[in-house]
Amino acid sequence: MTEPFIRIRNMTKTFGPSSDPVYAVNDVSFDIPKGSITGLVGESGSGKSTLGRSLLRLIEPTSGSTVFDGCDLNSLKAGDLRAMRQRMQMVFQDPVSSLNPRLSVEAIIAEGLVAHGIGSRRTRRDTVASLLEEVGLTADHMRRYPHEFSGGQRQRIGIARALALEPEFIVADESVSALDVSIQAQVLNLLLDLRERRNLTMLFIAHDLSVVDYLCDQVAVMYLGRLMEIGPAADIHERPRHPYTLALNSAIPMPRPGAARNREVLKGDIPSPMSPPSGCVFRTRCAHAREICASGIPSPVEVSPGHYSHCKRIEAIGEN
Amino acid sequence: MNEDTILDVRGLNVRFRGNGRETAALRDVSFSIGRGRTLALVGESGSGKSVTSLALMGLLPPNGRIAAGTLAYRHRDGRVLELTELGEAERRRLRGVQMSMIFQEPMSSLNPLFTIGDQIGEMLFLHESMDAATRRKRTIEMLELVEIPGAARRMDSYPHELSGGMRQRVMIAMAMICKPSLLIADEPTTALDVTIQAQILDLMRQLQKDFGMSILFITHDMGVVAEMADDVAVMYAGGVVEQASVDALFNDTRHPYTKGLLASIPGPWRRRGDRLVPIPGSVPPLASLPPGCAFAPRCGYAEPRCREPVALTRKAPEHLAACILEGVEAP
Repeated sequence: MTEPFIRIRNMTKTFGPSSDPVYAVNDVSFDIPKGSITGLVGESGSGKSTLGRSLLRLIEPTSGSTVFDGCDLNSLKAGDLRAMRQRMQMVFQDPVSSLNPRLSVEAIIAEGLVAHGIGSRRTRRDTVASLLEEVGLTADHMRRYPHEFSGGQRQRIGIARALALEPEFIVADESVSALDVSIQAQVLNLLLDLRERRNLTMLFIAHDLSVVDYLCDQVAVMYLGRLMEIGPAADIHERPRHPYTLALNSAIPMPRPGAARNREVLKGDIPSPMSPPSGCVFRTRCAHAREICASGIPSPVEVSPGHYSHCKRIEAIGEN
Repeated sequence: MNEDTILDVRGLNVRFRGNGRETAALRDVSFSIGRGRTLALVGESGSGKSVTSLALMGLLPPNGRIAAGTLAYRHRDGRVLELTELGEAERRRLRGVQMSMIFQEPMSSLNPLFTIGDQIGEMLFLHESMDAATRRKRTIEMLELVEIPGAARRMDSYPHELSGGMRQRVMIAMAMICKPSLLIADEPTTALDVTIQAQILDLMRQLQKDFGMSILFITHDMGVVAEMADDVAVMYAGGVVEQASVDALFNDTRHPYTKGLLASIPGPWRRRGDRLVPIPGSVPPLASLPPGCAFAPRCGYAEPRCREPVALTRKAPEHLAACILEGVEAP
């Protein structure tokens, strides 16, 4: 078995005092194959953004490791990490607050090149021009400022900035959530094109299972800091084997009037991470929970190749 | 106005002042809502959905005005009122009592300094002059109807102590406590997680069954439209471009913009690997709309005559579209 491009192991991030930590991400492990898009889904408070940031070391994980192309990021010193950052970039959710309003588009996109001392002023300008064209804008946009652009165009600028250093891996955190549907579809197709053209590997964080299903090859589902299920996107969509994934799937409103609505509506809200349930963290909202779910963290069960469900009652879930 | 119609909007034009000129935010918007029915207003940002709801409620900001149009509303006692002719005091007697509204962001619509019991009870105090004990009893009943667990205890909670879904339930309780005949819901589930959205949509359907109110449901989500609406009006750049029953809108789509919206949404009903077909370009700014059909510059079917003004015309019984074409092939 070859080493996966990105290997995340036992990633854990706590906040608050070490005597009484709150687990935002708790013991999450999975692999991201090269050139694939992995979707990370879950409700607000599931820890998906914290995981995305921890694995790039934008925030320091409490424990666990990210091995990126054979290199353990957590063992790197600041200088080496900085050099490594060229190969990993992030695209943020809010294209307004993530672009400096006082910088021209050219300065925004070239900032990474300047910071890493790449190219001259002239070659950087050429790079910016070709990046703008690659994301569907034009070279003469570079003299303008962020407020002159629509939300969809700003998101394209954010993507161009992330591409400037020719990264191999991109973490996109809710990068289309703030966009109108017609614009969202444009940006999703742009991401698919970029993946193909540049052989990019991506972690796409989203709360919308439909978007993830469209874009991704692999889908990981999180709840209250823990991984619930992971597998090939087609499996997660067609044969989910975790009750939480089933519930998320059935909560998607279908644009089909009169479509049968025998959905499993989850009761209540996600519990506070300050006092998570014992055992399986999902059991308090799970229709299938039994006594065994209250003790011991469920270990992953491989239900088909590469498809793992963290459920103790796997035999009762999703078998057709 | 038809006996079964609760609200009839005709030729509504709203204009906003700013930068020394006036911009049309709504152009000739017309629709009506039947008793006990749900009309969805659907469209993207800037389409005029929210402006429409604010105009109906008499809550336009000071720089906005109704430049033309009529808003006929059927009062509980059977009279038909022309809302644009009412004074502020009369509007206030309707607002929250017969017509109420819930918003996208419940946190910014609730007062952080008062308990939710106080805020719901205030409606009864203002509009039904009830004594404190009766108010409390009615408030608890309402909180139970919106399925807030431990309602009697929750009365004394402050908004920050509740989750997003619970806050939206409180907003709904506040909107429903005077048993309005029209509820305007402006993107009520957009800020919520999909699992909580499912709960709130179920709740709204149940309350509609129990109370028989009409709902004007404003959303950008075609999935939510399909679930909630009886009738749909699709808005683009301040105008209605298509209007039909929910079945006809989805199954016999007549306007290229509606078709484009439907082709842009990803979802589990699609064939795996099929590419989405986005609408090219973006919505033009209201201050510089193209002449004629506002959608024409983004429309794959546009022809030279689309530069002439186009009105909503009947394409089938009860099915209107503002397009020179009779229809577009199925998305």
